[in-house]
Amino acid sequence: MKRETIINWILALGLLAVPFAALSFDEPFYITLATRVAILALAGVGLNIALGLGGMVSFGHAAFFGIGGYAAGILATHAFNQEPLMTWPLEIAGSNSMLVIWLVAIVMCAIVATVIGMITLRTSGVYFIMITLAFAQMIYYFAISWPSYGGEDGLSIYVRDGFPGLNTLDPMHFFMICYVVLMVCLLFSALLRDSRFGAALQVARQNEVRLASTGIAPFNIRLVAFVISASMTGLAGALFADLNRFVSPSMLSWQVSGEIMIFVILGGVGRLFGPLAGAALFIVMEFYLGGVTEHWQLFLGLILLCVVLFVRGGVVGILAGRQSHG
Amino acid sequence: MADLQTVLELNDLRKTFGALKATDGVSLDVRAGEIHALIGPNGAGKSTLIHQVAGSLAPDAGHVRFLGEEINALTVAQRVRRGLGRTFQVSSIAPEFSALRNVMLSVQSTQGSSFRFFKPVMRDRSLIESAMEKLELVGLAKRADIVAAELSHGERRQLEMAMALALKPKLLLLDEPMAGMGPEGSKRLTGFLDTLRHEVPILLVEHDMEAVFSLADRISVLVYGRVIASGTVSEIRANRDVREAYLGEED
Repeated sequence: MKRETIINWILALGLLAVPFAALSFDEPFYITLATRVAILALAGVGLNIALGLGGMVSFGHAAFFGIGGYAAGILATHAFNQEPLMTWPLEIAGSNSMLVIWLVAIVMCAIVATVIGMITLRTSGVYFIMITLAFAQMIYYFAISWPSYGGEDGLSIYVRDGFPGLNTLDPMHFFMICYVVLMVCLLFSALLRDSRFGAALQVARQNEVRLASTGIAPFNIRLVAFVISASMTGLAGALFADLNRFVSPSMLSWQVSGEIMIFVILGGVGRLFGPLAGAALFIVMEFYLGGVTEHWQLFLGLILLCVVLFVRGGVVGILAGRQSHG
Repeated sequence: MADLQTVLELNDLRKTFGALKATDGVSLDVRAGEIHALIGPNGAGKSTLIHQVAGSLAPDAGHVRFLGEEINALTVAQRVRRGLGRTFQVSSIAPEFSALRNVMLSVQSTQGSSFRFFKPVMRDRSLIESAMEKLELVGLAKRADIVAAELSHGERRQLEMAMALALKPKLLLLDEPMAGMGPEGSKRLTGFLDTLRHEVPILLVEHDMEAVFSLADRISVLVYGRVIASGTVSEIRANRDVREAYLGEED
């Protein structure tokens, strides 16, 4: 087995072990912490497809995280109030089923990402970063000024949405849902990376001219990858809203885009389990250092600086060594 | 009207950058089975012309016809899919991929859609076998698993050639393939191109006069964006304008 595969197994099983340990020590709070890690890691796994495989430095993934969150919040609110979302031309009711909410979150993110991608992917480098940020900010300010769904105050989800056969209010059940979704998305990412599409996407990052002169249009490849990436981050957003039973414009803020990017960079850009390592480290630091000092982000900044300057493969890079391509 | 034997036809192509006429009414064609060499001193507009043929630069006026159809409006990728293969002055490869995976990308492109998300390429025999075949053809099979960034300059040229050939091109556009190859490498490549012309016609842009004179069926000489002479090797050798404008420097 390759060293990176071993690291990946340790990360996957390690995350799974935390809630069970928490349960046996009767510290249920750590189950929620592990759930948070799983959800934020999922948001990072989404971004990693665009950033790590495709080299698209999106500084606007909070838009998708937030749209996913609002999909959950809005559908749940309508279901709770028993008001349809719309009555014309056809009646659409709210929903408190996670499966329905996830589907809506994914579809909405895919649509928005297609529009944003069509425009932003005509640019590259700094312009791409700034335009993705600008779109995310537009959606952020839209959410703030949208009174029907709480505006600046956000929207509470009074009853956590349901999943067939499980009690989602049980922290362990909810953790398992998030964990399985994360693992499925990681598996999907792995398949994607090794597929024909993944090969084309990675060459789009390495050498765009080469891809075009092989007869494959880089724009189309990037756009599809951007949409997949956004949908995955949107799914994480829907879970995050359910975890907190609350969604507000802060999920759409540019700090969230930055944090998702930090998970990916800390863990190792383009490394399959990088976002999980990054999100775990981030949450652990936020929790422990945040308990010691308010200024814990200073230490986060220093670590990030060291990672960017000295180990470009992030945490996974330190542990598993250089990346190998078949 | 061009007959069927004409693969590529440039018709009165023009491109200006401000006051500079980089391409000034260039017309030339490449026929089946031949190597047509394009030579000219530095700054003559060879690269600009190549860009317009490949599709990375749009001409201000004139037509590019490929296999009997005008392709002015097509993108680089679309032209490649029609059969316009090329190599670059500075080798263009995917540096993080192995030589094999680089060529596999070309094979993948000829097999149709790249929008396949699940089957791992490294278990796809049809890709691997066709790619290995091309690597063997250019003499790089032993280096198949080496990451492209670690290949030598000459090996990258071979790799690029394998990638171009894997596309099953109907015309090859070679931009200074001899550059930096050394006498031994140039000689080997000359022999390779000599046999290749029967499979695929070549538009060859080259500085190495020895290679051009030994390979080319026809030569066009580009000076200040204009074709000042076009003909067989002996015609070009005898042409007074060419000697003055270009070859004279070497005497």
